[in-house]
Amino acid sequence: MNATHSSSSSGGSGIGSGPLGYGNTPTCYFVMIGTKDNPIYEAEFPAVNTARSSSGGATIPEAKKEEFRHLNQFIAHSALDMVEDIQWSTNQMYLKAIDKFNERFISAYLTAGNIKLLLLHDAKSEDAIRNFFNDCYELYIKTLLNPFYEPNSIISSAAFDTKVRLSAKRYL
Amino acid sequence: MLQYTQKRVNGIQDLERKLNELGYRVGIRALDLLVWRDKNSKRETRVLGMLYFIHTTVWKTMFGKQADSLEKSTENEDEYMISDNDPMVSKFISIPKDVSQLNCGAFMAGIVEAIMDGCQFPSRVTAHTVPIDGFPLRTTILIKLDREVLDREEQLK
Repeated sequence: MNATHSSSSSGGSGIGSGPLGYGNTPTCYFVMIGTKDNPIYEAEFPAVNTARSSSGGATIPEAKKEEFRHLNQFIAHSALDMVEDIQWSTNQMYLKAIDKFNERFISAYLTAGNIKLLLLHDAKSEDAIRNFFNDCYELYIKTLLNPFYEPNSIISSAAFDTKVRLSAKRYL
Repeated sequence: MLQYTQKRVNGIQDLERKLNELGYRVGIRALDLLVWRDKNSKRETRVLGMLYFIHTTVWKTMFGKQADSLEKSTENEDEYMISDNDPMVSKFISIPKDVSQLNCGAFMAGIVEAIMDGCQFPSRVTAHTVPIDGFPLRTTILIKLDREVLDREEQLK
């Protein structure tokens, strides 16, 4: 996954070539977490973000993109606590933006079977994200209906992956 | 399905447990499916709402009618009962005398248990036959909620 822009943001990022700065990474990170806090599925989508030219105020200058991919998982897991708190106060399924990390937002969607769909993203319209979550939920249900699929286990189907990416492209 | 399980178990308890497991698998899928189809539905967070959902929606989709009654037990705080006068599952099964203890409602109990578990209301669910005049097959599903569910209900009040 390559950063499409290599804007030379704040100084101090002179370590080497390659993608610079956290604020430049346009990817969204999507993960589905089962009832035992086990990740069932995860994916990254490079999003096309129009207003990106001056994300020069990158907060963490010298980190490279690869490091943040690991960080994504940590961020998602810490967001889980927030989800659990909120979960009992509302009976909505879509729990908007529940957490914020640096400049990124984390939105959550909680299914009836208590599967958590988390999305790390930059500022996006809520509607788009809600539609995306609905699509993913539908795909998940279809996977669930498969009698050979053990609930709460990893989804390794390539077809599922393709469909999720398609949906992401459409909405994100 | 009954014959399949019968071949594989020795004992009535086991048979009921196996039926329960089969019902469990159905239940997990039924839960998400029903919530999805009921487009504007929200998740259930309260016990009563949950039971009501099972009592009406689930029963209706599975058996074509609502369950006949939903009761709260007077003796224990954590027991609820859903009754069905004419369970479709046991309709065409005749039970020979030597296994008279068997209740095929264990399948329905499994479904209910899966739905409760899925919504984070862990509980023990069992099926009992309580014949009444006119309804010899009347089955009652007893739902005994775990301690933590009750505590949570208290907190949420």
